[in-house]
Amino acid sequence: MNTPITAIPLPASAPLLSRTGWATFCVTLIVICAVAPVLNLWVPAGSMFHLSDYGVGLVGRIMCYAICALAMDLIWGFTGILSLGHGLFFALGGYAMGMYLMRQIGLDGNYKSALPDFMVFLDWKELPWHWTFSDSFVATLFLIIAVPGLVAFVFGYFAFRSRIKGVYFSIITQAMTFAAMLLFFRNETGFGGNNGFTDFKRILDIPIATQEMRMTLFVLTGLTLLGFFLLARWLITTKFGRVLQAVRDAESRVMFSGYNPLGYKLTIWTISAMMCGVAGALYVPQVGIINPSEMSPANSIEIAIWAAVGGRATLIGPILGAFIVSGAKSWLTVAYPEFWLYFLGALFIGVTLFLPQGVMGLVGRILSRKKGERA
Amino acid sequence: MVKRLLLIAYILIATSAYSMSAEEVKGMTIGDTDTRVAALNKAMLEANDKTAAFLQALADDAVKLAGDKVFIVKGDKAFDAVTDVETALPDDTEDVINNNRMRGEIDSALAALKLFSNDDTVRAAAVKQLQSDADETKLPLIEKALATEHNASIKAQLGMVRAAALLNSSDQTKRLEAAQLLAGSGQANTKTMLLERLKLEEDSAVKVALGAALRQVESALAWGDKLGALFSGISLGSILLLVALGLAITYGLMGVINMAHGELMMIGAYATYVVQGVFQKYLPGAFDWYLLASVPVAFMAAALMGAVLERSVIRFLYGRPLETLLATWGISLMLMQLVRSVFGAQNVGVENPSWMSGGVQVLGNLSLPYNRLVIIGFALFVLGSVAWLIGKTRLGLFVRGVTQNRPIASCMGVNTARIDTYAFALGSGIAGLAGCALSQVGNVGPDLGQGYIVDAFMVVVLGGVGQLAGTVYAALGLGILNKFLEGWTGAVLAKIAVLVFIIVFIQKRPQGIFAMRGRSAEA
Repeated sequence: MNTPITAIPLPASAPLLSRTGWATFCVTLIVICAVAPVLNLWVPAGSMFHLSDYGVGLVGRIMCYAICALAMDLIWGFTGILSLGHGLFFALGGYAMGMYLMRQIGLDGNYKSALPDFMVFLDWKELPWHWTFSDSFVATLFLIIAVPGLVAFVFGYFAFRSRIKGVYFSIITQAMTFAAMLLFFRNETGFGGNNGFTDFKRILDIPIATQEMRMTLFVLTGLTLLGFFLLARWLITTKFGRVLQAVRDAESRVMFSGYNPLGYKLTIWTISAMMCGVAGALYVPQVGIINPSEMSPANSIEIAIWAAVGGRATLIGPILGAFIVSGAKSWLTVAYPEFWLYFLGALFIGVTLFLPQGVMGLVGRILSRKKGERA
Repeated sequence: MVKRLLLIAYILIATSAYSMSAEEVKGMTIGDTDTRVAALNKAMLEANDKTAAFLQALADDAVKLAGDKVFIVKGDKAFDAVTDVETALPDDTEDVINNNRMRGEIDSALAALKLFSNDDTVRAAAVKQLQSDADETKLPLIEKALATEHNASIKAQLGMVRAAALLNSSDQTKRLEAAQLLAGSGQANTKTMLLERLKLEEDSAVKVALGAALRQVESALAWGDKLGALFSGISLGSILLLVALGLAITYGLMGVINMAHGELMMIGAYATYVVQGVFQKYLPGAFDWYLLASVPVAFMAAALMGAVLERSVIRFLYGRPLETLLATWGISLMLMQLVRSVFGAQNVGVENPSWMSGGVQVLGNLSLPYNRLVIIGFALFVLGSVAWLIGKTRLGLFVRGVTQNRPIASCMGVNTARIDTYAFALGSGIAGLAGCALSQVGNVGPDLGQGYIVDAFMVVVLGGVGQLAGTVYAALGLGILNKFLEGWTGAVLAKIAVLVFIIVFIQKRPQGIFAMRGRSAEA
């Protein structure tokens, strides 16, 4: 294809990335983190201001999704690389956390053995090698970041080095997560097969099923989301971030200008994968289960749709998108289970056809029109 | 069951001619299992229909014991087992308890007796049952049957059973004979039999003979295995080809990332299901030919759906591949839910027509099922048609023209928008044909397409986007590679290995096996 030669102006910052925009967002997030525990723990259950445990679980879960959406925004929105394999990184982080939680069950499992139940069931006598560090919380924290990061780094290095991009890249990331799912379904890989990990009892020797613990995890997730948001915002305003956006808009020109996109793409790809890993690790203790279906290609595509619905390259948009889509999902799958897939499908089509900028684009258009009227 | 009843009826009619001694009856009924088995084997040497009836009664738990009198209970009447006279059942009867070993012996004795049935199928079944538990005690019986057998294939099988029985004989010469006999059989269970014997064998001469026999069987088996893997590889390749061929047009030629491709296949499979239902209801006589009628229906249903999708959604997304991907994923979700709403979430049953069941037996352990053969032929037919359509017809010329250079094609007076619709409908129709074929080898359910979509993309990408020939090589290559790895590592690991192979391959050669020549820096 011949690209017409026209000067491309530097991309202007999206309106809601303005100082007031993101400051409002940060304050909202902090307020949520501060108010939710009060409403849940100290407001009596009968009161209309009481936040139910279900609500806490739901919002906590969606905040994990929002971290994924944010990670997706960095790699897709700002770098133009659509990954259909982010579910894998999410699940890897989750599995690292799950292994630690399985060890924390200790002797309280069904078989009263120091080994996790599924290993007793398979008649294994000792822990396989990759469980070596699973009893240490510090090592687990390290693995949560290192494992998805390493997988992403190796995969990304080979993919970006041979300049695979666009749809090709999307499809091989999909193959990657599909292959990993098949692998984790196997019993002999030592990840619990079909059932994965569940029945967690404790974290750091504190019972996991209490209201206080749930609230702690909730606040922790909120703060992580906030931290990652600030990190992402800082990243894209640096020179590094500008190069990423240049790679997205005209990769050949970036190369002709003397930059090697490999390092830039690889760095943001690895960071994005690590963020997903952290999200997965926060997700698992909150929902109490992790199994290979988290790696199914459909889950990864759903992450992309959160980013698309909210609006790519806006940072706040994907987070909103995660809340809108997941919120609608948890409502519709209960209220109208047979219509949920119609709704999701229509959302995919509608957003791509009519809202290429997502919700944020819509809001931006309305705002600028108002401004125009005022002027 | 019916056969067993027939046998009993036959036995009852012929009963009066023979009889059993009281010792035989008591021996088989009273005492511990060892003595009962010994008595049973002894009785089998002079077995007659009376013996069969008595054994059947034993197997059915219809034999009762009072002191040393044995009774057979039939309905509410009781007969003396020795004299066959109807008698009143004493009050203090006990049930005869058969443990598992005794039951096994009784069953195989009954099977052995069936060797003398007049019905070929009954005899064949009896031979099959004996195969698993042949031992020396049954040898006289088997030899007796072998002498009277006239059906060649049953005779051959019976010979194998005899060899198996000989193999565990205590006589060294007999074991040597068995080794020689078994060497000629190319069957998997012969190998296990020989291996088991080899472990127990102490006589060195027999050991050598067994080893030689084992090697001979193994080499025959290895050939069968290799050919079998090759055949199933080609069979899988033909399915992959059907699945990917439509995608090679919509994605390869037109550049549409059609994630709903799998669901178009599902529509083809459900169209086959509907045609089957129509034939069952209105044309039960011609039911065997429903599949032929469903081929054009599956094509049209999927092609129509494809045309609607192209006109309503996809045409607005040309040139935005990643958006197309998301939109078509949405379409696939809606189509799946639509099928669930109409046909239910369960799998539906699509039957093979009778001419597609069965297969050709080529080697001892290799048989080629007809439905696989038909699908290979069908894939070739579809491939030929597509090649002709794209290469030789005016429509194909337009499609190639629009693919290569849309503005110039448009300048030449080609209605590019209409060609897009036709081409997309063609690709979708081929997906429908693939669905029709898949309905004959797998489950038909709303998730049918999901399992194939990743594979389909892999094949097209591996073959080189825009290259029909590449798609063919990639499909067959992947199919055969997958099946050979499967024999070596198991199905799931083979699948993973193939995916990893593709990922690595694309890293090395992003343009696929066959690259399009061009000067574009973005290719």
